[in-house]
Amino acid sequence: MEFSFLNELPKIVWMLIGIAVFLAVIGLLLVLVDLPRTRRDRWQAFLFLAPALLLLLGGIVYPGVRTTLLSFYDRSGETFVGLDNYLWMFERPEILQVLFNTLLWVLFAPLLSTAIGLVYSVLVDRSRFEPIAKSLVFMPMAISFVGASIIWRFVFAYRPADQEQYGLFNQIVVWLGGEPRLWLLEQPINTFLLILVLIWVQAGFAMVVLSAAIKAIPADMVEAARIDGAGPFNLFFRITLPTVWPTLLVVFITITVQTLKVFDIVRTMTGGNYGTSVIANEMYSQAFQQGQTGQGSALAVFLFVLVIPLVVVQIRRMRKARELA
Amino acid sequence: MLRRDSTRRLAVAGVVLLAASGCGYLSGEGGAGGGGDASGIDCSPYEQWEDIGGSVSLYSSIRDEEAERMDRSWADFEACTGIDIKHEGSGEFEAQLPIRLEGGNAPDLALIPQPGLLERVVSDGHAVPVSDGVKANVEEGWGEDWRSYATIDGELYGSPYGANMKSMVWYSPTYFSENGHEVPETWDDMVALSDEIAESGTKPWCVGFESGDGTGWPGTDWIENALLRTGGTETYNQWVSHEIPFDDPKVAEAFDLADGIVRNPDYVNGTFGDMESIAITSFQEAGLPLLDGGCAMYLMGSFYSAQFGEDVEVGEDGDVYGFVLPPLEAGAEVPVMGGGEFAVPFADRPEVAAVHEYLSTPEYANSRASEGAWVSANQNMDTSVIEDPASQFAAEVLLAEDTVFHFDASDSMPASVGTDAFWTGMIDWVTGSSTDEVLEAIESAWP
Repeated sequence: MEFSFLNELPKIVWMLIGIAVFLAVIGLLLVLVDLPRTRRDRWQAFLFLAPALLLLLGGIVYPGVRTTLLSFYDRSGETFVGLDNYLWMFERPEILQVLFNTLLWVLFAPLLSTAIGLVYSVLVDRSRFEPIAKSLVFMPMAISFVGASIIWRFVFAYRPADQEQYGLFNQIVVWLGGEPRLWLLEQPINTFLLILVLIWVQAGFAMVVLSAAIKAIPADMVEAARIDGAGPFNLFFRITLPTVWPTLLVVFITITVQTLKVFDIVRTMTGGNYGTSVIANEMYSQAFQQGQTGQGSALAVFLFVLVIPLVVVQIRRMRKARELA
Repeated sequence: MLRRDSTRRLAVAGVVLLAASGCGYLSGEGGAGGGGDASGIDCSPYEQWEDIGGSVSLYSSIRDEEAERMDRSWADFEACTGIDIKHEGSGEFEAQLPIRLEGGNAPDLALIPQPGLLERVVSDGHAVPVSDGVKANVEEGWGEDWRSYATIDGELYGSPYGANMKSMVWYSPTYFSENGHEVPETWDDMVALSDEIAESGTKPWCVGFESGDGTGWPGTDWIENALLRTGGTETYNQWVSHEIPFDDPKVAEAFDLADGIVRNPDYVNGTFGDMESIAITSFQEAGLPLLDGGCAMYLMGSFYSAQFGEDVEVGEDGDVYGFVLPPLEAGAEVPVMGGGEFAVPFADRPEVAAVHEYLSTPEYANSRASEGAWVSANQNMDTSVIEDPASQFAAEVLLAEDTVFHFDASDSMPASVGTDAFWTGMIDWVTGSSTDEVLEAIESAWP
């Protein structure tokens, strides 16, 4: 059907009503906040928090509780099965592999992205080409995970030896005198190749944040160290690293949480096949493609439990930083 | 203070005004919906559904050009009856339909391509049985084989819609005649032909299992076709319903038959590499080397004709065409395997019943088939309206008197096998796992 403004009018009216209601709520809040000052602060806090609380309740708490409940039921969500779904997770070899792959991701992706970001930002710091060098590494950040994955799929593409290669990776192998290989099929190399995509995207993020932290190191401190005879090695380990340490941790934890939740890369590059699946991908596949709501929920809860400590650490650090400030 | 007050009043006034004007709009029917202009159309075939009106939502996995063809196929029906069919196609249909059903956002009708999913939505209590009119149409149009897939506990829950044929081997008639090859009559002939082609230095077969998150399904077609030949209908049905285990010796026999071709290093994989390349070659591109002699044969459903460009002639004397995967012995019954969609109702409003009834008539099948690239297994369909030769071929095979149609087994198995373990099993099978390992892994995944 063609787009007709008249046909779409009810939708537009709904949208306007929505906006109006939103404004009305905000207006109401403003009015209430202006009420006589009895226990004003508490009311004020409550009213300003209320919309956020409501959204949290509807968007996180309720689904979270429901998912947890569902993880104790079978696929129909009606028969209670106790811990069966969790036992299933640790019994099935293919799910164990999924857990192991996730472990590989968490061990390597955050560490390497942060390390590469840090080393790179130190190396290019105050060099002549700093702006260009930094934008080169930062650019992949502008690409979505799906986009990046499609690019890298081409990089790893395979053609038999007697044909022209169009995948960069195999072309390099051929130039070096090797045989082209099916990179995305070879376990466990393929998981590391997927991790490479995440590093490619995330190293830019680490680099930018860490570079800013390095720039914030007081010049007199560096100067003093130099006068005391510190070489570049000492300077890095005794001055730069300790000063940017808090930032480094924030970057590291942020990327770790991202890594735990990684889904797009696996789905786009291999669809979770060839032994590359991770928890988030398996959760989607179980819950929505195979209709195993219980098993999918159990995976979701497990992922949630893995992420919680990281978030707690992050919040603790933030609080500490505020107290110090 | 004054400034803020006046702003506030203005806002309140605005809300009231908007709400008032909005309600007026929303209470009415709003805009020009529904059918269209019925003048110039012969409305006599639609008389029984006149004066019902209303609108019916139809949900399916069909998108883009196919969806446009669908829209055209019922345009006359809409114009004459005033019923507005709102079709929505989704690339994530299989995952989204259960979500919509559980969320209380059910479509009126859905075109479900898997009997397994159909059974699931029925057993979860979402689907409603078909109306008597649809039931009569289905009994008239389709054989017991098709009806049984939509019948649960003796109740009919859907009508077959489109169909495809997956026992089809694509080949290039030009290549065959240039090299003096003939279309094989038996499996042994086919193997002998493959040997002959392999000796000439060409890999006779193209195989590709990659299909995004569905990677592996083309492999299941190989096994299903093989099992129909080694074990016959009875074994096939026992296997689908798990009366015999997945790793039964009879199933292993079918794997061995397919093994002779799919895992034969002399036979695969035309221009794509060795056996392992099957796992990462997409099924869409896997058949294209047929056109330039990169391989000679490719097992893929009748729908594959869509992959060939405009300038490729599909036909018995053209660039590509198909033959039915031959039986083991000459003259034996040729089993046919394939898939299709079922129109399943989730509401029993009269307009929904009317649309469903129309979709199950041979008149509709003719209307849709004449739009191209579509086949129904409706026995009363007029195959002469089909223009595209691949569909024509599929229709002839599907509608042939002695054809016993077998629904794609992986679509009827529980999802954790049919859309997961069986698929990954096929990937493992072509990347080095033994048949026994694969069979055992799939069997252990059966819920």
